[in-house]
This record gives sequence, structure tokens and C-alpha cells, in this order.
Amino acid sequence: MTDTTSTVEQFAKREYKYGFVTDIEQETIRPGLNEDVVRLISHKKGEPEWLTEWRLKAYRHWLTLKEPQWQNVHYPPIDYQKIAYYSAPKKKEAKSLEDVDPQLLEMYAKLGIPLNEQKLLAGVAVDAVFDSVSVATTFKDKLAELGIIFGSFSEAVREHPELVRKYLGSVVPYSDNYFATLNSAVFSDGSFAYIPKGVRCPMELSTYFRINAASTGQFERTLIVADEGASVSYLEGCTAPMRDENQLHAAVVELVALDRATIKYSTIQNWYPGDAQGRGGIYNFVTKRGLCAGQASRISWTQVETGSAITWKYPSCILKGDDSVGEFYSVALTSGRQQADTGTKMIHMGKNTRSTIVSKGISAVHGQNTYRGLVRILKSADNARNYTQCDSMLLGSECGAHTFPSIDVRNPTAKTEHEASTSKIGEDQIFYCNQRGIDLENAVSMIVNGFCKEVFRELPMEFAVEARKLLSVSLEGSVG
Amino acid sequence: MASANKEGFMLEIRNLFVTVDGKEILKGINLTVKPGQVHSIMGPNGSGKSTLAQVLAGRSSYEVTRGEILFDGQDLTEMAPDERARAGVFMAFQYPVEIPGVSNLEFLKAALNAQREEQGKEELDAMEFLTFVREKTKLVKMNEEFLKRSVNAGFSGGEKKRHEILQMAVLEPRLAILDETDSGLDIDALRIVSEGINALRSPERAMVIITHYQRLLNYVQPDFVHVLVDGCIARSGGKELALELEEKGYSWVEAELAGARAKS
Repeated sequence: MTDTTSTVEQFAKREYKYGFVTDIEQETIRPGLNEDVVRLISHKKGEPEWLTEWRLKAYRHWLTLKEPQWQNVHYPPIDYQKIAYYSAPKKKEAKSLEDVDPQLLEMYAKLGIPLNEQKLLAGVAVDAVFDSVSVATTFKDKLAELGIIFGSFSEAVREHPELVRKYLGSVVPYSDNYFATLNSAVFSDGSFAYIPKGVRCPMELSTYFRINAASTGQFERTLIVADEGASVSYLEGCTAPMRDENQLHAAVVELVALDRATIKYSTIQNWYPGDAQGRGGIYNFVTKRGLCAGQASRISWTQVETGSAITWKYPSCILKGDDSVGEFYSVALTSGRQQADTGTKMIHMGKNTRSTIVSKGISAVHGQNTYRGLVRILKSADNARNYTQCDSMLLGSECGAHTFPSIDVRNPTAKTEHEASTSKIGEDQIFYCNQRGIDLENAVSMIVNGFCKEVFRELPMEFAVEARKLLSVSLEGSVG
Repeated sequence: MASANKEGFMLEIRNLFVTVDGKEILKGINLTVKPGQVHSIMGPNGSGKSTLAQVLAGRSSYEVTRGEILFDGQDLTEMAPDERARAGVFMAFQYPVEIPGVSNLEFLKAALNAQREEQGKEELDAMEFLTFVREKTKLVKMNEEFLKRSVNAGFSGGEKKRHEILQMAVLEPRLAILDETDSGLDIDALRIVSEGINALRSPERAMVIITHYQRLLNYVQPDFVHVLVDGCIARSGGKELALELEEKGYSWVEAELAGARAKS
């Protein structure tokens, strides 16, 4: 007979099925960081002078910063001189999908991301980022017909420098925080999307990030701009090989929504989480922020975080325009020795701005899950509204859930609500399912999925199914 | 399905002793049940009625220290709770459990398909299942809207018990154990639940109805009544025994048992 605690222990033996390494000739620069490295990266990407200078400014500022210590996660000091800051497949950049190295195509197919347009999920355009570079973007031409720009960041710098220059750093300035500043100095590739005035993007835009090379960091940068009345739904996914060493992933995502524009940004994060003893795994130290710049702009973050050894991220919204809306829906799962310190910031500046925060944290085995949130309502934000719901579920007795909400209201007309709960997955619930013939694994998966339902229904349809499966796989063996 | 023994028993409980947290609750239960029979287990609070139900369903905190439980001649204690369920053992819970975010429809479908898979039958898809379950909801007078709600979350006491009977109707178990299904029901809900139970009586299905009061038995006529006192079956009889208990209370059976124990 089993009881919930001992069953949870067995849960640790989960398998990470994306842990393979692709043996491909790569050009990786020597580990270490200095101004020459920053210049080298910029040079390799053929960047204009202003961007090189911007990177250097960031680098010099970074030297004055200290790595933050306030977050509720623990890891040995990172030696930034031991990281290689650029790695790319040796083969020349592909002009079209036909030119992409077949080995790379095969790898993406193995990850379930066929880059062949015929085989792709209908209605999803994909930008595939491999270590430091974007290797392919699908459906580009079709999107271009509508004036939508979607592709790698490097390409956008070459082809649309005015847009990049206008918006780069406009939401997350180069001096923002330790990891965002580091990213600003050494960022390699990432995705860029621009949706012109009044255009509703007809398909999901998606970026798939893959870390492959050892001892490298991944520093991608994503910038999405939705012009007046435009709307777009964007999804990112990520995986990495299983390695004993920790790898740093310090990305920056900036979203800009102008008047009446809507951006929906969904993340399914499945970086390698490390093994049961906590060896290896990705440090996912990411800065994501959206600016609701205009009247009635709308930005919605949905994240399903199941991977990474450590997750440190707070996708946030600055509600500058009147009547703008910010949303944050999050499921964060920590199993094994994983740690997550995640949440959001909603900064209300405009009148009648509204924000919704729904956070679901699940901790299993030795996982530590922290929700950290800030709701700030400035003096100018008359009639601002916030609703926060923050639920934690514990599977087993060795894991932890922590909540640090912070509410700062400076306008008397504001209304904020905060609801929070912590529950242990009930032996009663499991027994009830068992008594109806549902086995333990399916019972846990069903109960956890039910717990996350409010978040999953925010995901684009195709990915909601994916997320459910991912959650089940991540929990496999942790309750047995 | 034929029973594995000569007498045709579906369930055989022989000299069963059970402890919970080191405390002995059941002290030598003997009970045999054949297909088609309805047995009622009555008794005062704390006599071990619910313990018997939990042990049959396989709750892990209940330890069988002596005796045996056979289901179709198979040792039931060797089977995990979900295996027992898929083999056709169903328990209607006294306190049905809430599962937020999981719809009744989803839950019932998962349960039925787990059982069908075990039996080598094809799973029902969403449409087939909906048609199937709609028919069943009529039995307990529930509307379809109910299927979209989360399992037991925010249900009234009556809704919870009707839901248990709905699950029994969907899963069509061979042995149904109803643990105080009548508790907390008003008279209308009691009637609906009773009608549901009666509709599910069949020559292939056995039922063990655990109840404190006689009132459910006004609606559901048992073939046998057993009185459980202090972990033992103190008396067995036909349905007239229930009426006698209603009239006289449990004290005379308790006194009888005490007398018998003093002699031995």
C-alpha cells in the first residue's frame, strides 16, 4: 500500500526526453567576457555602430552592478569568465528553409517542431533559435503580405534598423538589472515581430529556443511591437540537453502595445531541470516586461514553467495608457531539486487600468516554489483595479511553497483584491480517484491539471494540450 | 461472471480483524454476499461500519491483521484500490471528495474508460460518452449543466450523494458498498437517491448498504440485515430486524453481545 508521501518520493525519477545533444560543427568563441568579446559578437552579427555602442554601454554598466541576492533561490557563485558568449552552427546562414542544414531540421523534428511548412501546425509560424543564432523562420512570406515582420533579431537589425533602434531598450533599459544588463551587452539572437496598424496577425507566432553547445550561455532578446489596433499571439518554447554543469540563460523580452493593440505572450518553458540530486540544469534568469503604451492597450502573459534548475523571472506590465489591461497567468512546477522564484509586477499609471494575476505554484519532492508579486498603483491611476489569486499546491512533505506579495497603492480610488491558498494534494482526493478505477499517476495528473485549469484555458488551443502533457510528464514518477 | 467458489459467493469475509492507528476496530467479522443480494449493515456510531467499507475499498490506513476478504475467490487485500475498482468494487463515499477544476464529465469519463481498458473494451470518445452519461443523469434527476461543474466542489449534501449514485450508474459495479449514503439527506433527496439505488438492483449486482438509521430501508428493501456492535456482527436477520432496531434502539443488541462475551 502506498501513502502520498512515499509515493511522492518516487516521483523524482522523471525522465527528460529532450536531453540529447546534436553533434553538429559549431563555432564557439573562447569563454570569457570583456569589451573585445562584446565587440566581437557585434562584429560577427554585422551590427551598426550605434548598436555596438549600446552593447558597450551596457557592459560598462554591468561591471558596476552586483549580482542580486534577494531572491529566494540558492546556487553557487557563477564564474562569468568561464562562460562562452557566442556559439553558432558553422554552416552559413540559410537564406530559405531549403538551405537549412538537414541535421538541424532533423533535430527540430525530433523535438516535435517540424520546420517544413507543410508539416507544421497549421496557423503557427516558427522562428527556430539554436544556441546563439536563429536558424530558420517559417511562413515569413505569407506574413510579409500583411506587412507583418517576423524573424530573427539579427535580421531585423539589418533590415529594419529604425524600428529596432526606436524600441530596443524602451521597456527594459540596458541598465535595468544585473541579468538584463548582461544580456544587453552580449545578446546574440532572438525573435523580432512587428504587427502594423490595424492588422490582426492571422497565425500564432512562435519561437523555439534550443541550447545545444556545452559551457555556453544563451542570451536571446525578443522584441514584439504591436502598432495601433494590431493584435498578435506569440508563443515561446525551450529545451536543452542534459548536462552535469549548469548553464546560464539570461534572456530579455520586451513587448510594446500601442493604442488598442493586444499582445498575448505564452511561454512553455522546459529547459533541462537537472537530475534528482540537483546536478546540472539551466539557470533561467530572465527579464520580461510589456508596455501598454497607449489607450486601451492590452498585454497578457501566460507561462507554464516546468523546466530549469532555477527560474527567476517576473513577466510584468506597465499600464501607462488609460484603460489598458495587464494579465499574468502562471503555472510553475518545481520537482526534484528545482527552485523557482517567479511572479509579476503590475504598474498602474493610466486611469481605469485593470490587471489580473493568477498564479499556480506546484511543488513536489524537494522543489521550492516562490511567488513574488508587486501591484503598484500610482497617484495618476484613478479607478485602477487589480485582482490577484495566488494558489500553491504541495505534493509531499519535503517541498516548499512561499509567497511574497506586495501591494502599493497611492490612489484612493483604486481597488485591489488578493486571494491566496496553499493546499496539499489530498490523499483523500487520490483515494477517491483510485476508488473509481483511476490509477495513481492519472489521478495526480488530473488533480494537478484541475488546479491549473484557469491558466491552461488562457493558452492557445494547440498548446494547452501540449502543456497538459508536459505537466503530466514532469510529474511522472514523483507520485508513484 | 461466475463466482469462483461452489457456494456462489461474490464476497466472503472470514474472521476479519482490522486496526486503525494501532486501535482494533473490527474484531472477527464474518459476512458472505451472493450476486443479486442486498445486505444492510446497521449499528451504533463507532461500531466499525465505515471501517468495514473503507477496508473493502482498500484505504491504506486500515490494516488487516487477521482473516481474509475474498472477491470472486480472489484475495481482495492483495489488490490496490484502483485495481479493486476496475474489478467491479464500488464504494459510495459518506463524505465525497472535492476536486476543483476537474469537471464531473471529465472525471466520470476517465473512470469509465479506465474500467473499459481493463476489460479490453474500446474507450468511449467524448461524444459517445456524453450520450451515455446523459441517459444516466436522468436516473438521479440531474441536468446536464451539472456535468460541467467541478467534482463535488460547492455541491450541496444532497447533490454530493446523488453524484455518488450517478457514478455507480455509470460504472455499473458488481459490488456496491454504500457508506451512509442516506446521511444528511432531506426527504426529497432521500427518495431520489433510493430510487436510483433500486433502479440499479440486478441479479448480477450485490449491494452492501451501511446505515445508521432505518429510514433508507423504507425505500430500499434489504434481503439481509446485520447489526454491527463493537467490531462484531452481533445479530443477523431479515428486513424485520431493521424495524425492530428502529423501535428498540441498539442497546438491547449491545447488551446481548456483552452477555455473550461474558459467558465465553
